[in-house]
Amino acid sequence: MGDFFTISVLVATLASGIRLATPFLLAGLGETIGQRSGVLNLGVEGVMLLGAFSAYYITLETGSAVYGILGAIFVGLVMGLVYAFITLIMQAQQGISGIGIYLFGLGFTDLLFQKNVGTPKPIRGLGEVHIPLLSDIPKIGEIFFQHSLPVYFAFALVPLVWFMINKTTFGLNIRAVGETPEAADTLGVSVNMTRLATTLIGSTMASLAGAALALEVGIFQQNLTSGQGFIAIALVYFGAWRSYGVMLGALLFGVVQATVLQLKTLGIVEGANSSLLAMAPAVLTIVVLAIVSRRVAAPSALTRPFDRSA
Amino acid sequence: MGAVVVALSLGAVMLLALGANPITGYAALIDGAFGGWDELADTSIKAMPLLLVGVGICIAFRAGVINIGGEGQIIAGAIVSTVFALALPDLSRVLLVPLVLVGGAIGGGIWGAIPGVLKAYAGVNEILSTIMMNLVAAQFLSFLLQDLLTDKASGAIKIQQTERLTDNADLPLLPGDTRLHLGVMIAILIAVLGHILLFRSALGVRLRAVGHNANASRYAGMPVKRSIVQALAFSGACAGVAGAVLVFGSESHRLIAEGGASGFTQSAGFNGIVAALFGGLSPLAVIPASFFFGGMLTGGIALQQELQVPAALIVALNGIVVLFVVSSLKLQTRLRSWAEGVGSRTSRGNESLPPEDPPELAVSAAVSEASDG
Repeated sequence: MGDFFTISVLVATLASGIRLATPFLLAGLGETIGQRSGVLNLGVEGVMLLGAFSAYYITLETGSAVYGILGAIFVGLVMGLVYAFITLIMQAQQGISGIGIYLFGLGFTDLLFQKNVGTPKPIRGLGEVHIPLLSDIPKIGEIFFQHSLPVYFAFALVPLVWFMINKTTFGLNIRAVGETPEAADTLGVSVNMTRLATTLIGSTMASLAGAALALEVGIFQQNLTSGQGFIAIALVYFGAWRSYGVMLGALLFGVVQATVLQLKTLGIVEGANSSLLAMAPAVLTIVVLAIVSRRVAAPSALTRPFDRSA
Repeated sequence: MGAVVVALSLGAVMLLALGANPITGYAALIDGAFGGWDELADTSIKAMPLLLVGVGICIAFRAGVINIGGEGQIIAGAIVSTVFALALPDLSRVLLVPLVLVGGAIGGGIWGAIPGVLKAYAGVNEILSTIMMNLVAAQFLSFLLQDLLTDKASGAIKIQQTERLTDNADLPLLPGDTRLHLGVMIAILIAVLGHILLFRSALGVRLRAVGHNANASRYAGMPVKRSIVQALAFSGACAGVAGAVLVFGSESHRLIAEGGASGFTQSAGFNGIVAALFGGLSPLAVIPASFFFGGMLTGGIALQQELQVPAALIVALNGIVVLFVVSSLKLQTRLRSWAEGVGSRTSRGNESLPPEDPPELAVSAAVSEASDG
């Protein structure tokens, strides 16, 4: 049995927490953009699975993770178009449509995996990129600056998404169609075009989140994401629809997960009790939601389809 | 109907892409699902949890609450009923069978009521909380099966399962030489009760009124918060009974977490939503709908055995069916209002509460209510 409270273990846990936070962060930021424009995409989990499988499979076949990521981007765009068609043009209920996307992603990736891969074959994911100078700082370097590219990409997006939502015309349009689509429409902002753009961005980021996960673990299996996409949606509420809030939530979840894994590896908790510990993120989400739900306001037009004739 | 035809044609395309002949594929599927008494019995057995969860979904969605927590409620029901059977192994069958079913309802009901309370009194979006409750239940089941409820005879290699539960709690087999057991009668009975609750009782009128327009119901003096909790509790109770049926009607007569929680629940918590939507959120119509989807599941296994097409195809197809059904709801309303020569706005505004309001309205109210919270 090892000791959890040693510097090296704590540093390793924090570093792995940041890695584990990355899929939550990518998917959560994408969902934030969508929800700010009034579109709830509950299908994040399904899109993540599709992104994870395509990145895994293409990397397995071509040997290049770059192609894998490009494939995941393409799949994300396609799923975004599908979701936009269903919710913007057909105006289907967003909550339930998302469950449809989830079931499709769950079944379809399992189907393709069994048919085309069969037994789990590991792939070589993306290597670590050590940031010059910064990664040499003791402890700090190991925690923050020795990660693979998707990790840096996800965290770099946090200020970018904040800037886009709050400081650009496009961001103003997003917020307008998310709060009062009728008024935005009167002022000549195309509600559905704006929502199409945010849906495509959100879906692509969900797919990239799946790709980041698959490339990090270097393997695919049935239901690889195991609920991470749903947690990412909860993080948007948790973060009160703000990119920095989502980042805090993602980091919290990443570190909790890393701690559970670390305690298991060290043999401090085993078997049954690790299942109990694994409940922690979901219980934490429920508790946080119970505390914050009444205090922060969701975008007023969230899940409300826009119909000019109505 | 149209939605299924389109989904099945997409399935045919997928079969082609997988190198299987769609005609032989669907022939194998239909034969495996409906081709004989044993197949029909297996289909009914697969349909039971879908029907039970589906009835619960009807109650929740009609009351304007989106319950995605079927999986967790099934598990909670299974746990409580298993505990009852372990605690009272010597009770006679006449008493123990109803008791474990009630135990399932209690477990699922409590697991459903928690998100209900959170929504009503803390404004927590129930879509998120029910999903989180699923994750909690799955891990809790895994914990129990490794610890408190584990099979003590299993030796060194720990399988996540309980011991063979007392045969006093086995659901009796129905006459005829099939695996069909009492569960099918219970599921149909609960569908009838669900219909009475929703459409023939004062409580049902209140639940549907809240689902229709929560604000108007509040001004009319209806207890909206209590209604939300009740709807989720009833909904969870139905799913909980499914959990009990899955344990005590199974061939192993154990509570098992083999292959993850979805191995035990058979994803009925999600597939039940598909059946309920397909049945137009009307409990009696969910009976044939769940039989159909039960057939897809058993047929999917036949498909896998005969054409080596993974049964996961059926899960993907179910997802597509959901997408088509929800997409066509709005279209149907538009077509209907166009056919009646009324603008959708006026027909919606003047509508008093009909005995069976179109599901689209209940669900849209549900979703907008969810976002308010």
